Amino acid sequence: MSTKTVSTNALRNAGSSGQSGDKIFSTASLLAGCLILAVLFSVAIFLLGQALPTFAADPADISGGNGFFSYIWPIVIGTVIAATIALILATPVGIGVALFISHYAPRRLAQGFGYLIDLLAAIPSVVYGAWGYAVLAPQLALAYNWLATNLGWIPIFEGPASNTGRTMLTAGIVLAVMVLPIITSLSREIFLQTPKLHEEASLALGATRWEMIKMSVLPFARPGIISAAMLGLGRALGETMAVALVLSGGALTASLIQTGNQTIAAEIALNFPEAFGLRLSELIAAGLVLFVITLAVNVIARWIISRHKEFSGAN
Amino acid sequence: MSNATMTRRPSQFTKNKLPKWSIWAVLAGALILGAAVSALLGFSPITMAIFAAVFFVVGGTGVSAAVEGGRKARDRLATYLVYGAFIVAVLPLISVIWTVLERGMPGLTYNFLFRSMNGLTGAIDNQTVIDGTPVLGGAYHAILGTLQITLWATIISVPVGLLAAIYLVEYSTGGPLSRAITFFVDVMTGIPSIVAGLFAAALFGLIFGPGTRTGFVAAAALSVLMIPVVVRATEEMLKIVPNELREASFALGVRKWRTITKVVIPTAISGIASGVTLAIARVIGETAPILVTAGFARGINLDVFSGWMSTLPTYIYYQIITPTSPTSTDPSTQRAWAAALILIILVMLLNLVARLIARMFAPKTSR
Repeated sequence: MSTKTVSTNALRNAGSSGQSGDKIFSTASLLAGCLILAVLFSVAIFLLGQALPTFAADPADISGGNGFFSYIWPIVIGTVIAATIALILATPVGIGVALFISHYAPRRLAQGFGYLIDLLAAIPSVVYGAWGYAVLAPQLALAYNWLATNLGWIPIFEGPASNTGRTMLTAGIVLAVMVLPIITSLSREIFLQTPKLHEEASLALGATRWEMIKMSVLPFARPGIISAAMLGLGRALGETMAVALVLSGGALTASLIQTGNQTIAAEIALNFPEAFGLRLSELIAAGLVLFVITLAVNVIARWIISRHKEFSGAN
Repeated sequence: MSNATMTRRPSQFTKNKLPKWSIWAVLAGALILGAAVSALLGFSPITMAIFAAVFFVVGGTGVSAAVEGGRKARDRLATYLVYGAFIVAVLPLISVIWTVLERGMPGLTYNFLFRSMNGLTGAIDNQTVIDGTPVLGGAYHAILGTLQITLWATIISVPVGLLAAIYLVEYSTGGPLSRAITFFVDVMTGIPSIVAGLFAAALFGLIFGPGTRTGFVAAAALSVLMIPVVVRATEEMLKIVPNELREASFALGVRKWRTITKVVIPTAISGIASGVTLAIARVIGETAPILVTAGFARGINLDVFSGWMSTLPTYIYYQIITPTSPTSTDPSTQRAWAAALILIILVMLLNLVARLIARMFAPKTSR
């Protein structure tokens, strides 16, 4: 901008070439930013466009023959069940691991343990699926038989238990393993940001380590923990391959240890390669439903984080 | 003299405190009890470990409550549970890695690495099982497919992600646009991978006719997943470049874009490179988007713009779900685990490279 006040021609010439470079670069970076927004919106628009035939179609033509709603409803419930199991199992363990790394482990080893948990996140989901299918499910089948005979009166443990162990509960456990590193790494960041003075003050008053954590660390980190769990929930809702491989799907049932139930993501992955015409559009509509659900969960989680950003610094 | 008094009247600080060895005594007791109870139900190491853990936690807390009082006991209980949580979290990791190593190593042969599945039928698999000869067929096409699709995804996402991060850090003034971008980049990291795949399939299906499945569609799907990761990593790194460097450059009369390309980015390049590597590691293992965008191929396909293509994750998936020979699945299972081993090695290598980059070209900040 200073070129306008300088009257030397040479300077102005040199400046104008740089100025166009400046303009090109800033425009390119602005465009890249806008492209990201455009991609997110076009995801929604293209899915909606391709899904429209499903909503317009005759209900009898939809899989199941009773319209889209009765097709999507059981698999939405299945998705929610799988994600809920994952979250119930992973949240306490994740918080425990985060506390272990931030407050319990020897200082020297803590970082190494952190890497170890991050490795969990690095393993591809299809490998988890194969592991759940080949290793975990046969082991759990024995436990399911025991549950069915001894606790069968509880609807979720109703027998006869699956002999292969490829059930909703197994899928939920595999999902729990997969969301654990997300919950752990986010909570760990927040636990580490607890003001040192709060911790030291409570220890100085004679609190035990647990009392210190309960009174100074956890209240400080509560919004962070909630949003970490929400992000884990978003991941669990959308996880595909682990469920597609582990779960031997079927109709909606209350029992978690029988064959049955299905999730949206696994339904799409299992049927998409052979789908065409209306079935294709049906699966894309299912994808749209999944997109909307995970988007809502993520937006709420991010909103909680951003609301508490000024003092938690977590993001 | 002090010795005598100390034995008679213990210090207030060590009163009601369990000695160090007590925890080991409780552990030994819990192990014995656990083995006994588990033997009653038909012995297995897993039930023994579970029972022993329960007895240890209950016993340790109980002893502490009796001797040290409630507050100390609760503190011990919390400690046991926190350590337990870590052990529980590490168990699946060990199990997964052990399984993949144990089952993948036998299949990792030269033949597997440099042959495709082209022309391999169930009959051939049956014959190898009957003859007991080494398993034929390999994952060469899938390895090539993985590398090509990931390369294209990187080519698309890195410039976009880098420029968007530069816009956020260097150009924006915190207006609504930059806040929207930051927010939606965060939201985009949570898009289910299968939805990204469906988006790419729907987009290219609309342009090139339904059922268009090529490696490039898959690369587009992966870049939807990769861009937000690159943006976040780059943004974080650009933010820690000290402002003094920028100001010094401006003071010398250097233009803003030259400052960014010659001063800011070189300073942050280690972090950016490691972030990009981590993003590659994240998308290289994605299965679901490939499944709906690139189809599945048995032979080598070197053209990302036409024809179906296999990647390692989809190769693993199909070898498990639809074994080549339905009657003898062992060769397919062996191939699947060997492919899983290669995939894990690739991902771990990328993670390691990312850490090395970050360490070797350590941030040249003044902090």
